[in-house]
Formats: sequence, C-alpha cells, structure tokens
Amino acid sequence: MSINAGIDVIVSDVVEVNSLIKRFHFKRADGQQLPAFSGGAHVVIEMEDGEQRRRTPYSLMSSPFDTTDYQVSIRRDDEGRGGSLYMHREVTTGMAMKISYPANLFPLDLRARRHLLIAGGIGITPFLAQTDQLNRLSADLELHYGVRSPELGAYLPELNASLGHRLHTYYSDEKQFIDYDELLTRQPVGTHLYVCGPSPMIDATLNSARSLGWPEAHIHFEHFAKSPPGEPFVIELANSGLSVEVGREQSMLEAIEAAGVDAPYLCRGGACGQCETKVLEYDGELLHEDHWLEDDEKARGQKIMPCVSRFRGKRLVLER
Amino acid sequence: MGSTASLPKFRDETYRDDFSFRNSEQSVLRAPFPFDKDSYMYAVNMELHQRTGQLNSAFNEPFDVDEHYLAEMRDRALVLDEDPLRYQSLPHMEMAGWDTLELLMTHKSQSYPESFSLTRNGHDWHWINRPMGIDQHFRFGDATTLPYSPLEYITRQAQGDYVVLDERQGNLWMDAGMVTTQADWSLDFDIGMNFYEWHAPVPLAHEKGIFDRALKYLLAVQQSNPARRLNWTMTVNPRLDTSPENFHKWGPENTHVTPENVADKLFLRIELQSFWRLPRSNALLFPIRCYFLSMRDISTVPKWGARMHRVLKTLPPELASYKGLDNFRQTAVDWLSQHDDGQPTTPGAQPD
Repeated sequence: MSINAGIDVIVSDVVEVNSLIKRFHFKRADGQQLPAFSGGAHVVIEMEDGEQRRRTPYSLMSSPFDTTDYQVSIRRDDEGRGGSLYMHREVTTGMAMKISYPANLFPLDLRARRHLLIAGGIGITPFLAQTDQLNRLSADLELHYGVRSPELGAYLPELNASLGHRLHTYYSDEKQFIDYDELLTRQPVGTHLYVCGPSPMIDATLNSARSLGWPEAHIHFEHFAKSPPGEPFVIELANSGLSVEVGREQSMLEAIEAAGVDAPYLCRGGACGQCETKVLEYDGELLHEDHWLEDDEKARGQKIMPCVSRFRGKRLVLER
Repeated sequence: MGSTASLPKFRDETYRDDFSFRNSEQSVLRAPFPFDKDSYMYAVNMELHQRTGQLNSAFNEPFDVDEHYLAEMRDRALVLDEDPLRYQSLPHMEMAGWDTLELLMTHKSQSYPESFSLTRNGHDWHWINRPMGIDQHFRFGDATTLPYSPLEYITRQAQGDYVVLDERQGNLWMDAGMVTTQADWSLDFDIGMNFYEWHAPVPLAHEKGIFDRALKYLLAVQQSNPARRLNWTMTVNPRLDTSPENFHKWGPENTHVTPENVADKLFLRIELQSFWRLPRSNALLFPIRCYFLSMRDISTVPKWGARMHRVLKTLPPELASYKGLDNFRQTAVDWLSQHDDGQPTTPGAQPD
C-alpha cells in the first residue's frame, strides 16, 4: 500500500564513527535528489536478512536541507533482535536498499522562544539534524549531551564547531551527570524542552519538568521502544484467515507482513499509534512494550501494538 | 500522475457583478461530482490523491488547472485588494510557505510544461508562469527576492484556497492560509484554532466520531501518500467569494432563486480537498479547490441529474440548514425531478 511506499537507494558510504557506532550514507538509486525533511524525522530501513525482512526506524542526522544524501548513525546492539547487527555486519558501500519516505514524530515547535535539547548516547542523532535547522533559523538553543566517555561521544567535534559554548557535555565515566532540576529551573518562559536517549534519562527529564510545572505542550520526547526478542508464538489473523508464527527475533508486525498481509505503520517503535490492532480473543498474557496505549487500555487487553509487543500463551486472535 | 497535459483556452469571465462564468461541455464532464450514491451523509471519505481511470478529470494532475484559471486569479486579486487579511501567516509558518511554493511550482511545471517552468540552480530559482505572464528569478528561502511572502506569491497563481496546518500536540492548527473562494467561513476568524475548534459548528459529525477518525487519518498523511476528499454545498450565482465578511453581498441572493431561474442561477459547489505533508516544516497543506456546476450543467449528465435530485430530496434537515440550502432546496428538487427517471443508478460518481 502506498502509505508505506519506499525509495530505492544505494549505500554510498559506511563510516566507522567509534567502536560501537557506524554511519551509513544513502543516495537515491535513480540519481535524483532525495525528499527534503524536517529535523527529528526518521526513515524506516528495509533489511533483507536471509529469510527475514526487517524494517527498522532510524533518525536522520544529516542536514534537512541537504537532499543529495541521507545519513543515519546506528549503534551496535548485541542484545537486540539483530537489525543493528545486520547493518553493522552485512551492509557495505554500493549495496542497493529500500528506505521509507521521511516522517517526523519528534518535530521542533517553531514557536519556541528557546530550544533546550537533552541527548543521551545515540539519542544525539535527531538533534544533529535539528541543530542544523535551528542554526539556519538563528534560533536560541542549548544542547546538553550525556555520554559514557569522550571516546564514545559521537560527533563531539562537529557539535563543538557548530554550537560552541551552547554545547554542554556530561561524561558518566567521569561522574558527570545532568542536574535536571537546576537546568530546567533556570530556563526562561517560552522555552521548549526536547529529550531523546535511554528510558531512565527520558523519565528523569519528564519527572523534573512536570514537578517544576512545565506546560505539557512544551515537553517533547522521542521514546522509541525496541521490540525485544522472545519466545516464538502463533497469532491468528481473523480478517485474513491466516495463522502466522512469530519467530524469536521477529516482531508481530514483521510476521504479519511476511505472511503477505498489509498492515499500517509509521514509527515501528510503539510511539505513533498507527499499527494499533484489535485483540479479538486471547488465552495467555499480552506483553505490551509500547508507549502508545494507556495503562488501563493495556490492562483491558482489547488492543495491542504489533510493532513492539509480544504474547505468551495458548491462543491470540487479532483483527487483521 | 505527472503526464504532460496541455491546458485549454482560458475563458474570459467573472465570478461577480454580471456573473459571466460558464462551463464548457468538457469542463462539466471532468468535474469531480461528489455523490457516489443516491443519498448523502458525512463519512471519512478520504482516499489517496491519485489518478482515476477517467481520461479527462479533475483528478488527472495533483494540482488541477482548468479553463477558469485566469478568471479565478483575477477574482482573487480583487478580493485581496479589498481585504488583505484573506491571506495570513503566523510567524512560525514561513518555512511552510516555502514548502508550499516548492510543491506547487514543482507539480505545475511537471503537469503542464508548456505553461509553467521551474529551473533550479542551487538556491537560485527561475519560475515562469506563461498564462499569467510572470517571469521571476528569486532565491529559495529569501523572501526579500519575491514581491510577496512565498505563500502569498504562489497562491496568487494557483486556483483554490490553501490552508496550512501546523502539527503540534497530536493536533492540527490553522496557522496560515490564503482563503478567497470559501463556502462561508473565515480564515481571519479561524486563524490559530485547532482541528476541533474550527470544526465545532458542524452538526452531527461530532457525535459520529467523524472528527476523531479524520484527525487520525490526517496525522498519518506523509510525503509518500497525499490524500483527498470531496465536500459540497450550494451557492446562488457562481460567486467564489462567499465569505462571512461579504455576507451582505451574497446572503440576500439566497432568496432570489425561482422556478424560472433555478437551472442557471443555482450551483452545486464542489470542494476538492487534498492533504499534503510538507517536507521541511512538517506542516500539512490543505488545498480546497472549488468547482461550480449549475443545475442545468448537472442535468446534461443523466446519472448526475437523477442522483442530484435524490440526494437533495433525502438530505437530513440539519444538514440542509447547516449548508444554507433552506431557501431554495425545494425549488431545486422540483426542477430536478424532470431529470430523474426513477431507475437505479450505476455505482460510483463518474458519468455513465
């Protein structure tokens, strides 16, 4: 279906940024320009990994105004389902791949008088594109970047050059940590807050902002859940009349797609709500991993987000 | 999409005073007739904005240009002379204005290369609009190189109204637009409102959950999947500018419809609404393009004549009142009845 239409690209460069992170460059296969995008946007990369087709979202980090190539940085996750391992091990310059059109679930609010950006680790990537955009608009911004060590702090020289004293770094190996209450207390009215990083960092930032009375409309976060690996299980798709096995390192959504059933999606990270699916019947436990459904919805067991959630039990029937 | 269509001869006509607007026979047949069955109720009737099988239709190109182009642009300029607030853009929407300019220039030059051309050299762009006699060099992103802001500049050269919606907090906000061909609503009144606020006056649809579903659909519109829907109302005389600001000019005309003049004085006003995700601003562009068909135009297509009769006759009274049809609905139903043979109509909206 055309909502999921993709762009044929060639991997034009693969760069080892540090011991954990590689950067991938994509150009359009037909030599045309890629679509422009907005800072914070992601693309979904399709990977033909043996028998399995993976689709994984990654934030675009290159300048939104540069349409000659797209860049994403991927941190190797040895515990994950294998998307980052595939990218690190198999993807080389010259390979043909398919990516989605860019979509933005973490956009800047351009009404902000000031943009306060908080990044943890690989969560720096959307901010690379956003700081480029904000610099062009001569917007007031400050970036606070927490990372384990200078060696693992990707793009520190580039950020130093583009932001200067507006960049603040925190190295946890050196026992440096962001003091959220202090940082958020001294922001002027009209500041918007953006945070992207590991869950504890997002939680700490949101807790601090909310307890200090920040307006909800000024708080923005990118909370991509990962679909964890887990025990295989079977789902029945009522509308399609199919029974589908979900493998250990496969998401429900990927298994549904592999069975030839078209399903809507956007973020594939449990955040946007597009793939929400009705649970018609189940005997077992729904393992919700998303940030979309409210807690009471999860408890009621009538809906599930197949991009990240799993199931344990005897029988699960979905309306799909 | 993306064929290379030639434009028809532009008609010299007016949408005010002597109302010399007319449709050619071709123009009637290519109109996006909004009724796909014999009755009407709100629905989230959205579909992908792409070509249909029909050879010559308003859906052929992403931004349709037709024989009324120059007359409509002249009418827009007159409206703006009298009331500059028909164009507005809040300060954070300038990027969305450039996105809109790029989208319209790119599609128009691809759809109608004999009439429009766009040459880009980095940020130095050259735009030619032959029908309007415009030849403009400018720097993309630098508003001082254009005679108007980017949004006003390009929408003075494009048929239909253009509303630009900012996306924030899971909602859409009407933060910019060019609105001169509207069915009784006002950008100046709605500017800054969100999706639920500006739809508040619509009857029945809230209860049916239509707006929740419509908003969810719209938020999912991405660069790869522009969408469209049709809406409609009726207008006495082919007047594009039926604005609340000018109600004193057109409101009284609602009582001027008689059995003798209804065929040529009363128009079905079709809105082809489309939805586009803008790349750099992440805003949503909402063009609303107006097509007029007189009752006589409609009666020239037998299926449409019969269907129009049935739709008007069975329309729920709340809807008829909201659309402002009470003064002339019965007169139109009576006239159309001679074009309804009572036989079943074929599925779909296209002519047989």
